[in-house]
Amino acid sequence: MLSSYENIELAEHVLAEMCSSNRVEDEVTYWVGMALREALANAVKHGNKLNPDKRVFVHMVLDPGAELRIEVEDEGEGFDPERVADPTVPDNLLRSNGRGIYYMRQFMDEVSFRSGERGGTRLELVKKLNGRRTQ
Amino acid sequence: MKIKVRDTGSVRIMDIEGKITIGSGDVELRKQVEDSIGAGRVNLLLNLGGVSHIDSSGIGEMVGCFTTLARKGGKMKLLNLTQKINDILQVTQLITVFDVFDNEAEAVASFK
Repeated sequence: MLSSYENIELAEHVLAEMCSSNRVEDEVTYWVGMALREALANAVKHGNKLNPDKRVFVHMVLDPGAELRIEVEDEGEGFDPERVADPTVPDNLLRSNGRGIYYMRQFMDEVSFRSGERGGTRLELVKKLNGRRTQ
Repeated sequence: MKIKVRDTGSVRIMDIEGKITIGSGDVELRKQVEDSIGAGRVNLLLNLGGVSHIDSSGIGEMVGCFTTLARKGGKMKLLNLTQKINDILQVTQLITVFDVFDNEAEAVASFK
C-alpha cells in the first residue's frame, strides 16, 4: 500500500473481513486491528516519513484455530526498537507519543522487528487463536 | 469523527463520536481544544461514550490537550469511557492521570 493514513483504514478493513469469514472472535479482531493500525501508522509516519512514493508491504496469514500472522515492512531507514522508552514509567506518562509499540506488545502474542529486504523495518505480529465464534 | 460542543457553566463538554485515530480524529480533537482555549474555555469534559476506536495517536492528542490545558490553568476530564477505551488507558497507566466519570452532572460539578 502507498504511504497514506487513509490506507490504514483499508488494511484494517481487509483484516476484519478475513477474521469475520474465519469466525475469529470479535474481541480478538478488535485488538489485532488496533495492533495492525499501530504497525501501519509507524511504517507510514516514522518509517516512510509520509513519503507518498514509498510503500508499505502488508502480508496477513490466518490459520483458523491456530494463529494470525501479520508482516508489515516499510521502505524507511530502519530503527532500533530497543531505543523506544517505556511509556508507563512516571517520567514518560505525559509524553504525547511513544505508545504504539507498547500497545502492539500488549495486544499480540509475539512482536518482533528485523531489517527488511528493502532497507527498512520488517515487523512481524502473531496472535494465537484459541477459540472461534460459534456463528 | 464528529464533535458536538456544548457549554455548561464554566465547563465545555465535547460529545465525540467515531474514531480518534491518526490522520483524522486526532487532528480534529486538537483543533477543537485549541478553539476552546482561544474562546477562553479551559475546563473541558470529553464525552467518549460514542468513540468506537482510539489509537496511540489519539491517546497522544488527549495527553497533549491535557497538559496544554493544565498550563493554561484549566482541566480536562473524561466522561463515559467504553470498556475498550478504559482498557487502552489501563495498559499504559494513563487511567491514573485522567479524572474519569460515568455521570455528567458529577463530572461538571467536579470542576468547581
